[in-house]
Amino acid sequence: MDIPYTTQARPDTGVYNAKVGVWLFLASEVMLFGALFSAYILLRVGALPADWPHGLLNIPIGTFNTAVLITSSVTVVMAWASLKMGRFDRFKIFQTITVLCALAFLGIKTFEYRDKFTHYEVWKTDGSRLTGHIEGKPAFLTLDKLKDAKVEKIHFLPDPHHYAEGRLAARKHDVEHKAVEIPVSDIKRLSAFVPAHSTYFAIYFTLTGLHALHVLGGAIVIAYLLGPGSRMWFTEPERFINRVETSGLFWHFVDLVWIFLFPVLYLL
Amino acid sequence: MSESPEHVSRHVRGYLIVGAALLIGTVLTVWASYIDLGHQWNIVLALIIASAKASLVALFFMHLISERQMIYLVLGFTAFFFAGLMALTIGAYHDFPPFTVTR
Repeated sequence: MDIPYTTQARPDTGVYNAKVGVWLFLASEVMLFGALFSAYILLRVGALPADWPHGLLNIPIGTFNTAVLITSSVTVVMAWASLKMGRFDRFKIFQTITVLCALAFLGIKTFEYRDKFTHYEVWKTDGSRLTGHIEGKPAFLTLDKLKDAKVEKIHFLPDPHHYAEGRLAARKHDVEHKAVEIPVSDIKRLSAFVPAHSTYFAIYFTLTGLHALHVLGGAIVIAYLLGPGSRMWFTEPERFINRVETSGLFWHFVDLVWIFLFPVLYLL
Repeated sequence: MSESPEHVSRHVRGYLIVGAALLIGTVLTVWASYIDLGHQWNIVLALIIASAKASLVALFFMHLISERQMIYLVLGFTAFFFAGLMALTIGAYHDFPPFTVTR
């Protein structure tokens, strides 16, 4: 049985079926990310300024990752345009770059996540708070784990500024780092920058994690169309071009979501 | 949209220009965030730049500048419900009991 309207426009909609399908899917995606943005807004306006971290994400790395994703959006549309012009060789080159960009984006995101898992905040019993790194850069350490291991003190390398000092102050790095010793008995709470640290990191990991899953899913589809799926070009070129276009629409949407995530999470 | 090879080849240069504009917009976003306009205005400016960039992606890369009516219809419904969601969000913000929100 043939699937109808894979290449020809359906008379009542004016477009081939897959295109309507992918736009309906993207509409549901807008509502999914919209709901999470809504959650972000309410969490943020409900948080005390001192409890909403600023300047803890690496802006140069985030900027570079944004450029990587934008580059991949350009190569996706160039790949589609190459097929429209009958240049299958160029399509292969552009989509290879797209997949490499996707892998680079995910690799950089993994590096950023790992950095957060080894970055800590210490709430001391005297009410003061410090952010920084524990000597040896252990990940996922908690106060209970320290007590269970009968550790008496930690060597802590504090950040120059605490995020509670404000958005712009938190970005300055003009104070020399000096390691300090903190007795475990002086610690009220210890948490790495994991989702349980604060509502900020909970929504940060939810939004960026969901986005990363979209990048992974899109990359798999594009890699399939670049590899085994590309055989369709030799038998049904128009249908193949339409597949590339619909996968491209999804990819551009993923880029579009990141365009909002980057300033909201990294800069504001 | 018209998608003949000739039509597409004329747009290739445009895609590259849009890509460059998006990269410039990214640099602009970062630069603007270092200017202390007051936090609310920093947010407004960042969202304006992000919306401009998103519009470029949607209009040119996703071809919404010349799409069929059916796609605009789907997008119209999406925009309506998204706007409703944001209106509910803003409404919820103003509906908090006193002293539970830091403004």
